[in-house]
Amino acid sequence: MSSPFAINGGACVAMVGKDCVAIACDLRLGLQALTVSNNFPKIFPFGDVYLGLTGLATDVSTVSELFRYKVNMYRLREERQISPQTMANLVSSSLYEKRFGPYFVSPVIAGINHTTGRPFICGFDSIGCIDFAKDFIVSGTASDQLFGTCEGLWEPDLAPDDLFETISQALLNAVDRDALSGWGAHVYIIEKDKVTKRLLKGRQD
Amino acid sequence: MPGFDFSNHNRNAALHAQGVPLPKATSTGTTIVGCIYDGGVVIAADTRATSGPIVADKNCEKLHYISPHIWCAGAGTAADTEFTTALISSNLELHALSTGRKPRVVTVMTMLKQHLFRYQGHIGAYLVVAGCDPTGSHLFTVHAHGSTDKLPYVTMGSGSLAAMSVFETQWKSGMSRDEAVKLTSDAILAGIFNDLGSGSNVDVCVITQDKTTLMRNYITPNTREHKQRNYRFPRGTTAVLNQKIITRAEISKYVTVHEVEDVAAAAEKMDVDQ
Repeated sequence: MSSPFAINGGACVAMVGKDCVAIACDLRLGLQALTVSNNFPKIFPFGDVYLGLTGLATDVSTVSELFRYKVNMYRLREERQISPQTMANLVSSSLYEKRFGPYFVSPVIAGINHTTGRPFICGFDSIGCIDFAKDFIVSGTASDQLFGTCEGLWEPDLAPDDLFETISQALLNAVDRDALSGWGAHVYIIEKDKVTKRLLKGRQD
Repeated sequence: MPGFDFSNHNRNAALHAQGVPLPKATSTGTTIVGCIYDGGVVIAADTRATSGPIVADKNCEKLHYISPHIWCAGAGTAADTEFTTALISSNLELHALSTGRKPRVVTVMTMLKQHLFRYQGHIGAYLVVAGCDPTGSHLFTVHAHGSTDKLPYVTMGSGSLAAMSVFETQWKSGMSRDEAVKLTSDAILAGIFNDLGSGSNVDVCVITQDKTTLMRNYITPNTREHKQRNYRFPRGTTAVLNQKIITRAEISKYVTVHEVEDVAAAAEKMDVDQ
């Protein structure tokens, strides 16, 4: 049997722009080569923070529900929204707790810290090692392709509208070269006072 | 420590028995070194993190804080080096508070080796521990299985052979601070250029009795050239089926709206987040 990360397929990417961040994912849910659904989003909003989860679909659902619970408890206790940095440490320690029996997920976080006003993105491996990046984070079965497209297309200080085109083209062109990802995409462009969520027209093969 | 949660272990073991490979963790392929000099100790590291053959992070931090005058360089499984050093740092702070003394490097080394030995090498942390305490300057290596070494100059990680070749040819006793910094950074550079698991920049940390200096990206020999032209797409390039603008409203502080989407709804239909 193949790796648990490659059974259901899926891709996720986050990018930093000028006073904005973007996070995008594909919509496929598969069972090896059989596509089961073309409407399985992998980005989950937690107030100001957006969490992308790729990997084994059962763990994507379990982990997203686990963090929904944990973030709601944080909000009730602290009476404030969770910041992206705090969320990153929460995800990291929650995953490392299961060091010897991990969830098969590769999380990505994107958001703007409303205290500092700075954009923030980061990624994790399945046991919670944080990858703080200043440019972009990729995850999923198309991660090799995404590294290529992002490394080629990303540039510093992109405006929200330009960042949308860059992240969309990076994702779309990457998933077209991955048999296990694709079937449309969701793109979130996160700015200080508004979030734009777009549904992309992608290949359905 | 509270310990690990093994609730997924049976499932993962069953999956592994069916021939499913273990997940690939981010590893710090790494070159890390340390060197004692007259009046202090210096440690250095490269800044590449790898996941198999992929460079996962081009500028990660491998020099970990333990206490103001004790620092640790980590190689091996990245998550393990990160959390093991954080755990020992935390316990050391409590230990220092309860004894009312400044923490010692041997204490850190002993806490690390006892923790790692308990896990029989399954916690893949390979560390260089360095620091100054009331008993002097010290330098140790700690392996994942719990063995330790005390030497005047040490190297670890996949680039340890490249780095050690520099130490074995150029090290001499009674070096000055500048000589030690030059030697350790040269050893890291040997790892960066000759070992595929190491790369990018050199981080250096110099520890003396009265001061610790962390020099992040002390040498950056692999800076990328700025793109001469850009691949920026004209706005409107990407075909959009639907879009929804969510404005940040004050009410969202108190209420979260989760829309239950109709499963049968067409892909074009969007849900509202907040």
